[in-house]
Amino acid sequence: MKTPEARAALLFLSPAIVLLSVFFFAPVIAGFALSVTDFDLYSIGDIHNLRFIALRNYGDLLGNPIFWTAFANTLYFALVGGPLTVAVSLVAALLVNAKLTRWKALFRTIYFAPVVTTLVAVSIVFKYLYHPRFGIINLALGAMHLPQPDWLGDPHWAMPAIILLGVWKGFGYTMIIFIAGLQNVPEELYEAARLDGAGMWRQFRHVTLPMLGPTFLFVGVVVAIGQLQIFAEPYVMTKGGPLNKTLTIVMMMYEQGFKFWRMGYAAAVAFVLFLIIGAATLVQMRLREKQ
Amino acid sequence: MSRRSESLLLHSVLIAGGFLTLFPLLWMLSASFMSNGESTTFPPHLVPHAATIAQYRQLFLRLNIGRAFLSSAIVAGTVTISSVLFGSMAGYAFAKLRFGGRDRMFGLLLTAIIVPPQVGMLPLFLLMKTLHLVNTYWGVIIPSMVTVFGIFLIRQFMLSVPQELLEAARIDGASEWRIYWSVVMPLARPILATLATFMFMSTWNDFMWPLIILSNQSHHTLPVALANLSGEHVLDVELMMAGSVVTILPVLIVFLVLQRYYIAGLMVGSVKG
Repeated sequence: MKTPEARAALLFLSPAIVLLSVFFFAPVIAGFALSVTDFDLYSIGDIHNLRFIALRNYGDLLGNPIFWTAFANTLYFALVGGPLTVAVSLVAALLVNAKLTRWKALFRTIYFAPVVTTLVAVSIVFKYLYHPRFGIINLALGAMHLPQPDWLGDPHWAMPAIILLGVWKGFGYTMIIFIAGLQNVPEELYEAARLDGAGMWRQFRHVTLPMLGPTFLFVGVVVAIGQLQIFAEPYVMTKGGPLNKTLTIVMMMYEQGFKFWRMGYAAAVAFVLFLIIGAATLVQMRLREKQ
Repeated sequence: MSRRSESLLLHSVLIAGGFLTLFPLLWMLSASFMSNGESTTFPPHLVPHAATIAQYRQLFLRLNIGRAFLSSAIVAGTVTISSVLFGSMAGYAFAKLRFGGRDRMFGLLLTAIIVPPQVGMLPLFLLMKTLHLVNTYWGVIIPSMVTVFGIFLIRQFMLSVPQELLEAARIDGASEWRIYWSVVMPLARPILATLATFMFMSTWNDFMWPLIILSNQSHHTLPVALANLSGEHVLDVELMMAGSVVTILPVLIVFLVLQRYYIAGLMVGSVKG
């Protein structure tokens, strides 16, 4: 027996449930199914060419050095870029939130602006800023008599250059979350610390940092999940080069799936990404439990 | 250190940081008004010596960027409206209507948040192909018509709507739809604005799915059109900067006007951790 309220609920929910089931949950499950088949260009032509091959795609993937390159590059981006973003955003949050700071809203808006910009567009802008001869960055470095690397053309500098763009684009987001966290720290704690003779650094170390604990967890997970999905920057700026030094997992999935139409293989790549992101989330949660 | 000099130091750092942050955007804007080749002269011009709108003319008159602008507006507009409508309907039901299995269903839905969207993209493409939606606006729009994030956001807000208000309306004989539309929705305006801002901006900026589903130039959204253009016009720095301005400016304006709502959404999103 259904109450009128339950019947109404069914109606209210049906568009969302239908859309999410058909266009999100079903494809995710089908993605796993696809990864244990040899779905390729021939299967698109005639589905009868499709064969079940169990975990062979995964085996091929783990034996493919290109995959390990993409894997290492993606982790490099996330493990260097992530903490760097968090560090910059924490400093920005502390500065913007400082008691003496005037025009707080203005600075907050300026620092946040890169977050809302279109990634493809700013990747193109940075590509020119990084130009080895005409780029403003190297002109500035030259004026200071510093070395001028061929940012995107040098295998050692390409990923750091993309990381720098990532930090610029992303620190405003985590800054906003840190500001909210800082505003939740009770003022009495600082007063008590000052009475105990704690200076700026010790107040930060023993009051601010512990109080921001839960915020760090959330920020860590969000940044890691976002960073591991990096795609547009290398697609626009380097095409994965030089020497595959900026090839990432999602880029590999895109190329295998939508350029070479090896969709079964690409689905395996996607699921490895899923596992990595799941692991990142778990690690963060474990760290939190230990605190 | 005296309070005066402390404040001076603090603000110098803040201003320097602000300048560094804005520099790429300011340079983009400045270079977009230069004539061909001016941005790569030495010594460099930071501002155009004779500002010109030639790059914008070429973009709109010769390269037909207006079409991509229109595509982006259609896609982002439709996604915004539908995700607010369907998201608020579902969020309301999860927060305020009593039915069996409600919390379990909501919990199941939330698991979607940890699944990276790329996992479903390959089958989704094949599904769209079967439905003949490849190279159509609907192919871009449909997967974003409702999001779990939106449902979550609205549900959290709706939990605070007093139950008595709904009961009073029921006693007055109002239909369930009427209660949702005329009683609850007006109360939810701020959160609806938050979700709308969020969805508009993320859809406008979205790149990977439109790139996959829109192989034909006629329907390209701005980021896809821009990425294509940058391959063909690598040397036309000023032209590409004008294209970047055209792409970024609408979201930047939407953000500046509605940032109150956008930032509120970030905060709600961040408590779920």
